Amino acid sequence: MKAYGLSGRAATTALAAPDPAAAVAEAGGFLGANDVSFQISTGEMFVVMGLSGSGKSTVLRMINRLNDPSAGQMLIDGEDIVTVSDARLREIRNTKIGMVFQHFSLFPHRSVRDNAAYGLKVRGVGRSQRYERADAALERVGLGGRGGKFPHELSGGMRQRVGLARALAVDPPILLMDEPFSALDPLIRRDMQDLLIQLQAEDRRTTIFVTHDLNEAMRIGDRVMVMRDGRVVQVGPGVEIVANPADDYVSEFVSDVDRARVLTAQDLLRPPLLTFAVGENPATALTRLADNEANGAFVVDADDRLLGVVTDTNLSGAIARGRSDLADVVTKDYHAVQPDSIIGDFMHLAGRQVVPVTVVDADGRLTGVVPRAAILSTLSSVREESHA
Amino acid sequence: MPELKIGQYGEDVITWMRDHLGGLFDFIASMMTHLLRWTYDLVAGLQAVPMVVVFAVIALLATRKIGLTVVLAVGLLVVDSMGLWYETMQSLATVLVATVAALVVGIPLGIWAAFSPAVRAVVTPLLDFMQTIPVFVYLLPTVLFFGIGPVPGVVATIVFAAPPAVRLTQLGIRQVDAETVEAAKAFGANSMEVLREVQLPLAKPSIMAGVNQVIMLALSMVVVAGLVGGGGLGSIVVTAVQSLQIGASIEGGLAVVILAIYLDRVSAALGGQGRANPAWWPKRRAAIGVEVAQPTTAGPKTPELVATG
Repeated sequence: MKAYGLSGRAATTALAAPDPAAAVAEAGGFLGANDVSFQISTGEMFVVMGLSGSGKSTVLRMINRLNDPSAGQMLIDGEDIVTVSDARLREIRNTKIGMVFQHFSLFPHRSVRDNAAYGLKVRGVGRSQRYERADAALERVGLGGRGGKFPHELSGGMRQRVGLARALAVDPPILLMDEPFSALDPLIRRDMQDLLIQLQAEDRRTTIFVTHDLNEAMRIGDRVMVMRDGRVVQVGPGVEIVANPADDYVSEFVSDVDRARVLTAQDLLRPPLLTFAVGENPATALTRLADNEANGAFVVDADDRLLGVVTDTNLSGAIARGRSDLADVVTKDYHAVQPDSIIGDFMHLAGRQVVPVTVVDADGRLTGVVPRAAILSTLSSVREESHA
Repeated sequence: MPELKIGQYGEDVITWMRDHLGGLFDFIASMMTHLLRWTYDLVAGLQAVPMVVVFAVIALLATRKIGLTVVLAVGLLVVDSMGLWYETMQSLATVLVATVAALVVGIPLGIWAAFSPAVRAVVTPLLDFMQTIPVFVYLLPTVLFFGIGPVPGVVATIVFAAPPAVRLTQLGIRQVDAETVEAAKAFGANSMEVLREVQLPLAKPSIMAGVNQVIMLALSMVVVAGLVGGGGLGSIVVTAVQSLQIGASIEGGLAVVILAIYLDRVSAALGGQGRANPAWWPKRRAAIGVEVAQPTTAGPKTPELVATG
């Protein structure tokens, strides 16, 4: 918990009250983070998301105590950083935590190489070793050979690459990123996200990433924590937050997200309305189609593997020609996708066939369907909300 | 209204100081005398013309402008041709000693004030007081303490010239971007490292502007110091004015202006950041070439982060 604008003792008293937010406000302060508890596992990319003033940066900065928590614990590898001595705090900051800032916060009077080497300099690493590791970090972020430049000679995106190299050079187990890409223009931002995703794939570094951009959160985060007014509203994988917003605040927030790029076939999966076993009689099948007011259905074998589709037209034709097995009349008039296919990649195919877009797993088994109406309702709810 | 005898109290304090702190004042006086003599020997050690060459080289190194250097050198030669070279060097020595003393006191005080609101609360009104009280008011007590001669002039000059050093140091440090300071802290730097590696370097333009101000204020006191026997150009101007020698006062005044321009341009250039090297400036080789090592592919450590609050 973090109360702003109160002395230590006043904060303690106010935070112990039944309603800490009200008590802190009454005492003339502001509760920046209230009852925020989370657990991040090693190697996880944990995104903290919220509008400005929601407490997301406060939470991030309490992790390395740039903001001192007023109450509570912050355990890193079981060590409570809130209560450690100043010397130990500096050691933890230097060895365990790297940080990337919103406005880059490079040292303008130092070369790019010296910027990247700063954490190692504080650690007391000798010059040649320090520069070697700084250059390696710069190389990783795509700035190899630019060590001799000064920050003002670089573009915004490159400066933030230096900021990232500065954090990576100390090889910290934890990386804190405070809206690192929000000062960059959209194309550069996307490049930087790609870079981060690539670095993360190589390092699996525990990363806490603050952003107000949900698309960014969805793109890079393993899990997302949504905050509002200093409180946690929802924690979970991004897809889950988009699919099942915990409350109106979150659903309004996620309304900006391009769901077509986030949700997968699995998220909109419905059981198929009607399936026929391979040995069934065309006449019975046609009757069942009529009973279900359907024009077509899937035909599966004994292991649920999808063999194809039959429609009312080809069933009636089969009956007229005297066929007795569905296997003889199935067609390939369907479009199959994998459960993890992105909706945006196949939504244009929905509605072209008699049967909905078909989801089959790696073994060819029919897992379900994505009806066109489900896609449209998901995407149209975005528009309604964003127009509101 | 009760009558407050503030003048009387002040006089009592000054009399008490003269009677009881004599040893301290004597010590300061002898130290200042030595410093002045030593500095004067330094700047007047050579004949005028070779010394002008030395000054021109300094100006060239500082400003890296050939035209300006020529103008400044010609100005100094004019001073010599007016026969005021040694008086000018005397004034220069006074300015240098007063400036160094003002900076030695002012910059640390400015740093302290930047970090402590309490110090700032005390120092700010004190500086206002030092800058607004008429110079002659404290020139007189300094004569009482240090006697007639160059020392009271130097001491009064220090009092008069020190405030910008404190103010601009303090301001420069407080204007350093808070996030940049935090960046250093986030990488584990302690307060001394933050001060030395981030705050002071980034406050340098402001501090150097303060140094320039100190020098100019010190020079403006040169003439006033002449009133109490400070010697140098001050004495020339004061004597000339008192005996209505208009020509001599013009010459003395002109020498002060030439010295002022020289000191201003050189000290301002020293504070300039990111100054571009002109084409004729010798190129420096890249400082250190480090071979690019392979990216570190150290495996992930295994911390776990848990927050409860």
